[in-house]
Formats: sequence, structure tokens, C-alpha cells
Amino acid sequence: MSQEKRVQKEQSKWMQGKGPMSDVVISSRARLARNLADFSFPSREQKEDLQEVSRQVVEALQDLPYRLDFLALDQLSELEKKALVERHLMSINQAGPGPEKGLALDRDQMISIMVNEEDHLRIQVLYPGMQLQDALRLVDEVDDALEQKLKYAFQEKWGYLTCCPTNLGTGLRVSVMVHLPGLKMTGNLQQTLQLVARLGLAVRGLYGEGSESAGNVFQLSNQTSLGLREEEIVDNISGVIDQVVEKERQARQELLQQREVDIKDRIWRAYGLLAYARRITSEEAIALLSDLKMGIDLQIIEGIDSSILSQLMVLIRPATLQLINNRELDEAQRDIKRAELIKEKLGGGEKHVR
Amino acid sequence: MLCQECNQNEATVRLTKIVQDKKTEIYLCPECARKKGEFGLGEDPLSLHNFLTAFMGGDPEQQKSRSGTLTGVAECPVCGLSYGEFREKGRLGCARCFSNFADQLKPLVNRIHGREEHRGKVPVRTGGLIRKKREIEKMRKQMEKAVQEENFEEAARVRDEIKKLEQEMEED
Ligand SMILES: [Zn+2]
Ligand SMILES: [Zn+2]
Repeated sequence: MSQEKRVQKEQSKWMQGKGPMSDVVISSRARLARNLADFSFPSREQKEDLQEVSRQVVEALQDLPYRLDFLALDQLSELEKKALVERHLMSINQAGPGPEKGLALDRDQMISIMVNEEDHLRIQVLYPGMQLQDALRLVDEVDDALEQKLKYAFQEKWGYLTCCPTNLGTGLRVSVMVHLPGLKMTGNLQQTLQLVARLGLAVRGLYGEGSESAGNVFQLSNQTSLGLREEEIVDNISGVIDQVVEKERQARQELLQQREVDIKDRIWRAYGLLAYARRITSEEAIALLSDLKMGIDLQIIEGIDSSILSQLMVLIRPATLQLINNRELDEAQRDIKRAELIKEKLGGGEKHVR
Repeated sequence: MLCQECNQNEATVRLTKIVQDKKTEIYLCPECARKKGEFGLGEDPLSLHNFLTAFMGGDPEQQKSRSGTLTGVAECPVCGLSYGEFREKGRLGCARCFSNFADQLKPLVNRIHGREEHRGKVPVRTGGLIRKKREIEKMRKQMEKAVQEENFEEAARVRDEIKKLEQEMEED
């Protein structure tokens, strides 16, 4: 298997879905934006500059205390690039055209470094569950190690210099992916997300526009990066996440106490459709997997790992699904293959059906 | 004098550009100046007026700080990003851009972040001096505290360390 194929097929660590608060928090990410002092930023499209940046970064990667594989993105197929986006290892922007783009990944796919995206370097660490402190610690370590070889653009007043002024200062963006089906069903979602926004965090629905999200999965991240220390940024968002998790857990208990039949009916219907459907779209699958995960976390359904949502929310997406099947599939074929994959992951599901 | 761009209208705007240490000056009519997009005209309709009066005899530097919006800013000498491009896309082109467009960037940065200065991590390589400066600031506070607590031995010890660091800084 080629290096690229292996990269696509192995599970990313974050998809294993363990870690603190994993009943609500799917993943924690810390990302640093960095630029090299002596070269123009990627937006200027100076090929020689970006070539030299890429060369220096690849060289610096050799000396890191972690083993990272470097992929030159122009060597990858469109499908492979999209699959990397689907598992959150790089941005959509990075999958698009542009000179000298690269991606460095470790074996667990916890560390991913985008080269020549909007900034020369976007160093990302992705953990399952609520592990922002650890994510910050690791990304800081990787940053230190790279800095021994690379000369960063930095200024006393504005800190690390980034292409977009919104990333100035620490260059740090931390985001936490949360699963909020309980708040959605109790009708408290909007209110909670508005509170989160008022506390200064950015809120984004993962599969949808604005505050709508098919799988009730939302990403919360810090808005500002300048003027606070890295630890303060992480502490602030952790405090908000604690509250959100608390509210979500309360909502689920409330549902269980006040609408027990409703909620159990919904969860078992989701299981039924997922286990027996012969074709299914991404949107339908994500919505049902959201219900299923809540059922597992509430111990209504047993014997299925609660990481099912984290895994399948990636594996059933179009590009990844085609790579798993080793061939191109049109939409109708994908719906069939998707249903097969889900059934397999649910452990057969058809014991009683001939 | 006629506008060097259209050769029709009277030139009332002088545009100074510094490209790779070479200074060039062109004279334009207001219309061509606007088209060139070198001026911060987007938000503030008064700024063209301000700049014109400045050119006609006032002090452009003074005018600049008063109107807040910048007129006739030179492009970045390293990456060639023009002020117009920066205004349009809100993106910088290289490390040098930050000093080149510092005056225009400052209010923007303050508006985005609500804070003015970086307080986080400082890189070892490009931040050596700053690291030491921060260390000294911290130690000064320690020294003051020691003095207040009448712990003069400690204060003297910290003072000596500060001196040592300051010496190191000068040698750098
Ligand atoms: Zn003209
Ligand atoms: Zn520049």
C-alpha cells in the first residue's frame, strides 16, 4: 500500500472517540499559524519563496522528535485530498489550487502541519474528547521543535505575524467539536449557542449553515488571538465548554425523565433504519447516527461503541467512501455502499432477517 | 500640469511610491488617483478632500493622523502589496508589510481583538531580546515586592540578576 493510501485508510486518533466528556465532546483541536520571516506569504504566490519555505520545512521535519510523513499535495488525487479534508486533517482551502502546498502527518494523525496554506505553516493537533490542555501542550512542543530550525516572523507588539490580522498575536485557534442532540430536542439549542457567542466564542454548525447542523454537531472556537496568553485562551474556552456539556447532560436527563417513550422510540427507530436500510444519503445517516450516539451515551442501547458517530461521520462522506471501496462511485452507488458500511459497523444487524 | 495617467485633466495629486528603495513620483488627476486605488477612499469620502488640501499646501503627515484614513501609502517594499490590495482583501503579504502598513493596521487590529499587544509565547530565535525584556520586567516587580517587604537581601540579589541580564542585552 502506498504511503498516501495508508494515510487515508487508517483511523485518525480523534475518530476513536475516547477521552474526557466524550458523551458530548467529539474532539479538541489546537492550531498555530506561523510564517517564516524572510519569505512572502502564500497569498503573494511567489513560487520561489514558497518552494524555499517548503524545502526548509521538510528539512526541519527530519529533526523533529516525532515521525511525520510529508505529502506534496500536487502528487495526490482530488479524491485523496478531499478525504483528508473530510477527516479534518486539512482545510478545504488547502485542497484547492496553489503553489507548493504540502501536508505533514504523524502515524496517529494527531499532528498535521499544513504547508503554504494561508500562512506558511498551520500546525494542528487533534485529540478525541475534551483534551484542549493536552492539545495545546503538544502543539506548543511541535512549534518549539520546528522553531529550532526555522526563523519565524515575529514582532513584539503583534506577536506572530499572520497573513490575516484575525490570527495575530498567539496565532492560536482552539476549537472543540460538540454533539448537542439533547439541547436541540428540548428546544434550548439556540439560546445556548447565543450564550456561547456572547461569551466571545465563534459557533459553526458542522454540516449546515449557521446554527443548523445535520448531526447536531457544532464547532466552538476562540475569536481573538491577540492580547491573551495561550493558556488564558484555552482556559476561557474550557470554561464555556464545561457549561455547555453540563447543559447538554441536563437536557438529556430531562428528556429521559419527561419524554421517555418519545426518546426511546426515536433512538430505536434510528438504529432500525441504520441497521436495515439498503441505501442512505449522508444527511440522513448523520442525523440518525446523532440519535444513535445519544442512545448509546444514555445507555439505552448497549454493545455498540459510542465512537460510532466520530468514525462514521468521516467514513461515510463521499471521498472517503470511494477510497474505502477503491473505486469511483456516483451518488446512487454511494448511497448503497454507505448503507452497507454502516450495517457492517453496527455488527451485521441482520441476525433475524433472512 | 496634466495628469500623467490620462493626459487630459489637471493633476492635483502627487503620488509617491517607493519600490525597492527607488522613489518614484507620479502626478494624477483626482479621478485617476481614485481609479488607481492607492488611496483609502472606500470608507471616508472626506479623505480625498483632506489629501487634496494637504497636497495644496497643508502638512500631509498632520493630515494623515487627523483624518485617520490613509492617503497615498507606499506599497510594501519587499512583497509589493499595495495599500489598495490590503484594503480590499484584508490580508498582508509578508513580515515587512506590518511595519509598512502599521498606521493603517493598528485601528483594525484593535477593533478585531479588542486588545493592542501580544502577551503570549515569544520565539527563542527571533524573540531573544524580547524574552529578556519580559524577564527583566518580571524581576523588577519581584525586586519592588522584596523592598516593600523589607527583604533587602533578596532585593539586592534580584537587582544583581537584572544588571546581569541588562548587560547581556547590550552585548546582543
Ligand atoms: Zn487622469
Ligand atoms: Zn509585504
